[in-house]
Amino acid sequence: MEPIEKFLEVWRHRHDYARDWKARTGGKVVGYFCTYVPEEILYTADILPVRILGGHEPPNLASPHVFDMWCPFCRDCLSQGLAEKYDYLDGIMIAQSCLHVRQAFGAWEIHIPTPWKYYLCMPNAVRSPRAKPFLAGELASFKEAVEEWTGKPITDEALDKGIEIMNTNRRLMKQVYEFRKEDIPPVIGTEAMMMVWASQLMDKREHNELLKQFVEELPNRKLERDPGIRLMIVGSENDDRPFMEMVESIGGIFVIEDHCTGSRYFWDEVVPGEDRISAIANRYCDRIPCPSKDWGATDWQRKRFPHILNLAREYRAEGVILTQQKFCDPHECDIPSLRRYLEDNGLPCYFLEFEVTVPVGQFRIRVEAFLEQIRAEELFV
Amino acid sequence: MAETKYHTKGLECWDKAKELRTKYYKDYAKAHDRGALRWEGGAWSFDALPQALEGEVHPLTEEPYGASVGADPETQVRYQEAAEGKWGCARDLCAYLRSYWGSIILDEYFFGGKWPKADFIFQNHICCSHGKWLQVVAELEGGQIPYFCFDVGAGPYDKIGERQINYVVEQLYDGIEFLEKTTGRKIVDEKLIQNVYNTYRSACYWSKVCELNQAIPAPLDEKSMYSLYVLGTLQKSSQEIADFYVELYEEVKERVANQIAAVGNERCRVLGDSQPPWGFLRILRYMEEYGIVSIGSLYTFSLIGWWQIDDDGNLVPYPTLEDQGITIKDREHALRLLAEGELRGKLMWAPFYGAKFKNELVKKIARQWKCDAAMIHLNRGCEGTAMHQMELKIALAETGLPVMTYEGNMADEREFDEARDMRLIDLFLTETMGLKKLAD
Repeated sequence: MEPIEKFLEVWRHRHDYARDWKARTGGKVVGYFCTYVPEEILYTADILPVRILGGHEPPNLASPHVFDMWCPFCRDCLSQGLAEKYDYLDGIMIAQSCLHVRQAFGAWEIHIPTPWKYYLCMPNAVRSPRAKPFLAGELASFKEAVEEWTGKPITDEALDKGIEIMNTNRRLMKQVYEFRKEDIPPVIGTEAMMMVWASQLMDKREHNELLKQFVEELPNRKLERDPGIRLMIVGSENDDRPFMEMVESIGGIFVIEDHCTGSRYFWDEVVPGEDRISAIANRYCDRIPCPSKDWGATDWQRKRFPHILNLAREYRAEGVILTQQKFCDPHECDIPSLRRYLEDNGLPCYFLEFEVTVPVGQFRIRVEAFLEQIRAEELFV
Repeated sequence: MAETKYHTKGLECWDKAKELRTKYYKDYAKAHDRGALRWEGGAWSFDALPQALEGEVHPLTEEPYGASVGADPETQVRYQEAAEGKWGCARDLCAYLRSYWGSIILDEYFFGGKWPKADFIFQNHICCSHGKWLQVVAELEGGQIPYFCFDVGAGPYDKIGERQINYVVEQLYDGIEFLEKTTGRKIVDEKLIQNVYNTYRSACYWSKVCELNQAIPAPLDEKSMYSLYVLGTLQKSSQEIADFYVELYEEVKERVANQIAAVGNERCRVLGDSQPPWGFLRILRYMEEYGIVSIGSLYTFSLIGWWQIDDDGNLVPYPTLEDQGITIKDREHALRLLAEGELRGKLMWAPFYGAKFKNELVKKIARQWKCDAAMIHLNRGCEGTAMHQMELKIALAETGLPVMTYEGNMADEREFDEARDMRLIDLFLTETMGLKKLAD
């Protein structure tokens, strides 16, 4: 099976994959909300971290627990849990992030039987000099909790192994992304994101093997398509494959993105250090932040904006689609400023609000108009 | 009017509360005329620090400002439409935040005149919007305004140890460095120490006042309590405000001793949740026609009030420094006490860490304050206080308490359907609670 086919299969049949993994390895599976969860420590203990994602189905089961002003993603995730789709989980955890996802975790803790639960108090002020030592303390407590749960001590060697698994995964995905800079990228945006989605769902050691194969194949991979208009997509959680495919079927190609289901997830590595826990803490404080944590302790400027602009330039994006999950406050706070920032730097933007299911027909018309706008600008340059 | 079951009268310190509030907004606007500094921050900011700078300093806290605008629906819509239309923000963002941004965009101060720009921002962050709120304000005000933001999301009250307190104390030191560098003024330790004493008195005496509302009849109704706790959201470290809470406590104690009721015909005690729709507080007065007194909520009790759980599992006011026999020795001691009080005592922060915390705390309130029902305002205007509201509904209903929810927005009248919600309230009171309106 080709790596891309395998990524698609894991994404489609994520629960079967996790059940099968448990049967094969006898290991524990922990579901996690938010990409601030330090997967390094879970891998250290031979635990499979699986990101809780929605099912893109109406989140009816969540309605008695979370009312409708909360983001569709958190309601969808909770609904999937209440529907017992994640009944194989041995544990569930969250790293402190936005209120929406915390809302889903809060209800999950009460209503969905899961043997082990953990709330990791990830600092909000990640750019404060006080955040890294505080997080290191939180991670040390987390490590102890995992040791107690599994009954196995976590050694420095094991931490090195966990860090290496994660860093290899990040490095290989970045290598794949390098190919997206080409004039005719051999990998389209939907495929690239599917690769990232799969990495959040499957054992990274297996994912790494697929990535190595993929990196080897890419120089010879030719796509039978006009590359189209090079786009960047930016926003909150996005695993909406029908939307991505639709845009890439009407003359656009996503060459880069900034999503927690995309580059933001893996862009930064752990820089190894003598104190492994501090090294991991540094990585999670220094990573490209989620907007919910993107404010300085002593200045208001956002770290994410110049990073997004740099990505857009490096990957030669001609336009940016800004998306957000409806009701996502952190992104809603950033989007008016981000739009101005990108447009002032010559990048046309188009904004779309996502729900659990997106109206692909309507969005198609709107994106077509945006692509025409970009083409028209090219004509008159 | 027929004779009521209990004697009732207004609060003697009511006018003083109003005067303090009016003075606060006027002082902020006129601060520069007097060579004083102005700063913006949240109701939960550590105001004890900037207020300890040399010379005169005045704060503007953003949430009470948004609530004031919310009580005037016409202005609120105008401000919010400016934020949505001119700036381009989403309509479902925090309602206070949109009013605040709109006010700046229109260059209008709700209390009269042009928008008074601050000299610096001194914010704290626990909900998703706070750090971001004033980040955009800094942009709207030209991008040059110095900005400082604390993180107080260090864990729930029952997990607060030295490490969590140190995290905040270290940030407080950073905050002092920022203030001195930004303003060119020094922090005066005597003022800082006094501000911490005052903060404790404001937070602890407000809790003592709320505790008195366990009495039957309740000496205070929630609508009045809103006008009282607000002072602590403006400037809890102020001497005048701390003194006010001590005075209020003495008066409410007298009311309890003399069975002076907030609602003369009290016969049903309800519990609320989250901010009310500020432009429509008349719904609370309307409920009094049924003999209902709204005794408070986790929000009203602990937005500024500090609490702790005693050995019997009861909510009790957090002890003042005097109760604890503590004399503040120096700056380090003051900062540590400040962080400790906020992290351990402000139970309003507990829901940020899980529904189980909110459920347990509110169930205690329902029991200790002898509530007959709960009426939960599903507040679309504030994600922070609306955390886990549906879970709370389930948890309270499981204890046998009748619960109703009504959807609205604390400060966006476009999201509050008054006629529909009044109908829901009528149905709940008559059909579920079996109450009838009392005869005039």
